[in-house]
Amino acid sequence: MNKFGFSLSPSSAINLDQVDRTFFNKLTEVEPDALRCMACGSCSATCTAAGYTGMSVRKVLLNLQRGRNEEVRKMLSACMLCGKCTMVCPRGINTRSIILNISKLW
Amino acid sequence: MVDYLHPSGFNSFIMPFVLGMTFVLVWCIGGAIRVIYELTPGDRKKFFLSLINPRIMAKNIKEWFCDCLFHVKLWKRNKLLGYMHSSIAFGWFMIIVVGHIEVFLYTPERIHRIWYPIFFRYFVAVTDHTMSGSFFFFLMDFFLLMILSGIILAMLKRAYSLLFGMRRTTRPSLTDLIGLYSLWSIFPLRLLAEGFTADISGGSFLTKTLNHLLHSFYSDPTQALPVWWAYSIALGVFMFILPFSRYMHIPAEILLIPMRNAGIPIRYSRKGISRLQVYSCPGCGVCIDACPLSAAKANIKDATVYLNRQLKRNNKKRIDQISDKCLLCGKCSSVCPVGVEGDKLRIAQRSTRKYNLTPDYSSIDGKQFIPQGSGKILYFAGCMTHLTPAIKRSLVSILEKAGEDYTIMDENGGICCGRPMLMAGRRDAAQQMIEKNTSIIMASGATTLLLSCPICYRIFKENYKLEGIEILHHTEYIKRLISEKRIDISKSDIKFAYHDPCELGRGCGIYEEPRDIIRAAGELLEGTKNGAESICCGGSLGSLSLGDEQRKRLIENALNNLTVASPDAIVTACPLCKNTFKRHSAIPVIDIAEVALQSIEKK
Repeated sequence: MNKFGFSLSPSSAINLDQVDRTFFNKLTEVEPDALRCMACGSCSATCTAAGYTGMSVRKVLLNLQRGRNEEVRKMLSACMLCGKCTMVCPRGINTRSIILNISKLW
Repeated sequence: MVDYLHPSGFNSFIMPFVLGMTFVLVWCIGGAIRVIYELTPGDRKKFFLSLINPRIMAKNIKEWFCDCLFHVKLWKRNKLLGYMHSSIAFGWFMIIVVGHIEVFLYTPERIHRIWYPIFFRYFVAVTDHTMSGSFFFFLMDFFLLMILSGIILAMLKRAYSLLFGMRRTTRPSLTDLIGLYSLWSIFPLRLLAEGFTADISGGSFLTKTLNHLLHSFYSDPTQALPVWWAYSIALGVFMFILPFSRYMHIPAEILLIPMRNAGIPIRYSRKGISRLQVYSCPGCGVCIDACPLSAAKANIKDATVYLNRQLKRNNKKRIDQISDKCLLCGKCSSVCPVGVEGDKLRIAQRSTRKYNLTPDYSSIDGKQFIPQGSGKILYFAGCMTHLTPAIKRSLVSILEKAGEDYTIMDENGGICCGRPMLMAGRRDAAQQMIEKNTSIIMASGATTLLLSCPICYRIFKENYKLEGIEILHHTEYIKRLISEKRIDISKSDIKFAYHDPCELGRGCGIYEEPRDIIRAAGELLEGTKNGAESICCGGSLGSLSLGDEQRKRLIENALNNLTVASPDAIVTACPLCKNTFKRHSAIPVIDIAEVALQSIEKK
């Protein structure tokens, strides 16, 4: 059989009824602002580390809501805390505080 | 003529004082040994070496007098406040010194009795008819009067602190109050006690006068004993409460001054010099008015004086809250009369925080950031300048116009300087960034590193080791271009108000360069608070927990301070300040590089 370089990838569908959101819930207790994120991506667009590490605060919050904690760990280990995401957030969310609290609660 | 009124030289009323004095001496010597023991071996050696260095020792002696006794810094702040503190401190010091001189002159065989200089009048009668006798009596009464005037002012200050230039004062704790009232009662009681015995032991204008007055009430001199008891008890209470109250600053500052002059940095959150600084805090509350957080009566309990109190009480929750909220603008440190470094103490508290997720930048390849050009000037714009591209564009145009050979280090992204991480207390992570950036800069072959962000500038100055590379902030650089006549700036009649960024002014001591540039380009106006006392813009990266809503009030307060003289534009030298101000300002907010470029282009 010829191989054309294609393969079936496992489904990336996330069943929100089944994901484990305990960590995200724990986070929202100390950081209720995490719920105010509208995922506009301003933080990702300005992020200093984004270009070479894939860091994105938007994705961090989305992944936590979807229970994909392992990806969050990878992203956060590249954060340099420079604060640009906080400066540009249209919702005025203190993203640095969220990042530090995630690191503390992890 | 000397008479021993009580030949045994002892009366049980001295006991409260002797016990209190012994307690304080033991406590303070123990504390000093503990602080020195807690230093790192290198710091300890540095401290001991500084004590035999004549230049540093001369500075120590000068500061012991100027800071501990004369309170020169408070005099500069407010005359009344300075007089109040120095009259009590210097007056008390002189009473102790003159008391010792008297004992030494008249009863030298009893100099080893530590209560003699304090209760001299009870035990010994000296004639006040000779020149030397009346001189000492006069001195003692004079300094007592000085202290009493200081205490009257201190009482007045509790009701009308605004007279002393303080809008808000510290709310005293219980031990502070006990110390305060015992301190206030010591000197009136001393006057009363000496007044009772002035006809026997001698006296001068105060005590003799009081004695005449008292004679109309009583005739039996033995009635004086309860007053001597009260005087001794007041001293004893003050001595026993001293280590647990703010009055611990009196002995602590004596050690803090040589440690500071030896250049010992804060390394631990609670040990060594941190402990010493906490105990040196006099609780005066100058930092409360200074703190930008306390604008509009908010966050008063987050000032450095309360941090020190919570550190003494070991209240972990409050320590964390206070140290996380702070903007780290460093204003409390610059106004502090004893030199408590509130910002560095807070960073030290933050560094004790446990994080389960730690940053790891080892996978970032530093080589991709090594700039291609070979310019002698390496311009590192930094994260914040990328958010305000006008600054970068202006500075690049100026570099072009000056015909400079330059390279931009982070044109296509770069690594953060590490200062924000350092301010969050995460030294290891910051160190990783420092190492990566150092290798990039060293590989570039540049001889000058040009920065447009004071946050970067400070860490490059303080924490990077860049051999043979000159580090310049763009204010310094533009100033140099003007004075070397490599760019021509024309003066206009635009009125600029200059805002001192915290990290550039208080952080790195650059105040004059930006002002010189503005003076060359237009008219310079100042805010009500400027220079070392300028108010943080409110956007500082120093604060970890301050939210957007809370910052708004701080920003407005800082803007009001700058716009009092109705300028046409606000000028700053920090991209973060610019970014913060421009969202709330009614007038344009521009960077110093833009000002310089505009006045070049006008030509």
